[in-house]
Amino acid sequence: MSALPLRDIFTRADLGDANRTRHVQHLLGDYGLAVVFIGCVLGLSITTDSFLTMDNVVNIVRQSSIIGFIAIGMTFVMITGGIDLSVGSVVGLSGVVAASLAPDNSKAFVLPLVVGLAVGPAVGFVNAALIVRAGILPFLATLAVMAATRGMALVYTNGQPVSDLSPAFDWLGSGTLGPVPVPIILFVIVAVIADHALQRTRFGRHVYAVGGNPESARIVGIPVRGILLSVYLIAGALAAFAGIVLTARVDGADPLAGTGYELNAIAAVVIGGTSLFGGVGSIRGTVLGVLLLGVVQNGLDLLNVSSYYQETIQGLILVIAVLLNRWKSD
Amino acid sequence: MIEPTAIAVQSAKSETRDRRVDVSTATPFVELVDIWKSFGPIHALRGVSLDFMPGETFALLGDNAAGKSTLMKILTGVHQPTRGTIKVDGEPVVFERPATARARGIEMVYQDFALSENLDIRSNIFLGRERRKSYLGGLIKVLDNAAMGREAEKVIAALDLKMNPQLKVRRLSGGQRQAVAIGRALAFDAKLIIMDEPTANLAVGKVERLLDLTHRLHDLGVGVIIITHRLDEAFAVAGRFAVMRQGQVVGRFRAGDVTEREVSQLISKGVTTHQRAEEGR
Repeated sequence: MSALPLRDIFTRADLGDANRTRHVQHLLGDYGLAVVFIGCVLGLSITTDSFLTMDNVVNIVRQSSIIGFIAIGMTFVMITGGIDLSVGSVVGLSGVVAASLAPDNSKAFVLPLVVGLAVGPAVGFVNAALIVRAGILPFLATLAVMAATRGMALVYTNGQPVSDLSPAFDWLGSGTLGPVPVPIILFVIVAVIADHALQRTRFGRHVYAVGGNPESARIVGIPVRGILLSVYLIAGALAAFAGIVLTARVDGADPLAGTGYELNAIAAVVIGGTSLFGGVGSIRGTVLGVLLLGVVQNGLDLLNVSSYYQETIQGLILVIAVLLNRWKSD
Repeated sequence: MIEPTAIAVQSAKSETRDRRVDVSTATPFVELVDIWKSFGPIHALRGVSLDFMPGETFALLGDNAAGKSTLMKILTGVHQPTRGTIKVDGEPVVFERPATARARGIEMVYQDFALSENLDIRSNIFLGRERRKSYLGGLIKVLDNAAMGREAEKVIAALDLKMNPQLKVRRLSGGQRQAVAIGRALAFDAKLIIMDEPTANLAVGKVERLLDLTHRLHDLGVGVIIITHRLDEAFAVAGRFAVMRQGQVVGRFRAGDVTEREVSQLISKGVTTHQRAEEGR
């Protein structure tokens, strides 16, 4: 994404009014969200004692990483013009499956990780089959899969939570490498790989092409169905990963875990500049969106704002972000 | 009716026509021999034979459902003929897929140009055939945007145009988009470019622009087939043309041997007034 050079806005005295308005709009569109983010951080640093402490910052990023994994997968799906509502249920199902394979008295690590992770692509495959093969709209297909997957999580544990897991498995959510919590390291790794895949690889280019104009993608020989399958597999895998990290963090799994996470992830992705119509978006934007929501929620907690107001404020941020994104310069 | 601009264009054209390949002696680049195509009970093509010379501009005329598009879909590997032969450089070929036709240098430029508006010019030109750099002995391959940008600039310059390859296609005019679509074909060594209704999505200076483009392509040794129902366009740019009607070729002409009025009658009735008078005698 190319941004408008700052000097263009301030040095061209000969710009007409309409031109100047458009330039200011582009400035807001390109940098507005970053300014809002920095404003929130500065504001909270001044108004509270506890915001800008190492513990709190680490806490924000660690908490955000769960929605972060999901939002990164969702970004791939939304760039193709799709949506995946099943990711919250995948968090629940992968969590209980992994937890059931990691009892407290064992050293289980690889088995719960691998089997729990496999839940995601399996659900993603069903999503893709319904969308690509049966031609059902992504919203409806993944809505149905969302319900079915949640049902399976409840059936699997008979509606009961699973608690007390193996310490080795718990390390994924509560361990640290040096001073840095494992979930943060995992989030950074996933974000860097995803950003590379979208921006620098042929696959990423084809994801954008399918979202921009599926017909022209097909004409030039891009396997459109294969690309669609891939993005739903990725979204499922990352949602399952989020479920595993969450389960490991709280040392237990609830079949209802992750309820509503799909909407938080979609909000973060949209705040980060990804278009619901496909073809536009980035991992960097999504990470910023995830962190912005994390900072706002944390800040409002620190300021003792009631949770009713918190949700209202998050809705407001979503609207502002959507309006700002309209003004992006390209 | 010929518009004044079209007349001017036509006379400019006749000056350049002698630069063109001598149709009577040269070997055709592509020959279509007795092509038939049926979709169930419907005979879309009934024994069509045509040839296309290297570097020439050929217009394929006809009403809707005359079979023009079906014929071109066969030539680009989208459909396979029910029977008949396609020859490239005199050698029989089978185009099972669009990729097979493309590998032989036959490219299609669609009426809507089939570009991804959300991507930049260089990404569109190389879409599906991206250039990549290898690292770690080919283990990691990343897009080589710089190389694609340089090559995109070259193909655009070959069309006598100048555009920043990093511009999003969304920002381009109809004419610029057409140039990108043609640039995409050129970047992959097209020898024959089929243009479907090439002026349908252009706003201004339509015919002149098309004439410029076909001249440039001729100079590059690239042949052009224009599918159109606009006579002024065909008369302005093409050295030869064929008229199709109900799945058959009903007329084949060199520019200058026939009037627009005669061709128009051929398109709508299948015969010219002249032919009818002869038959009546």
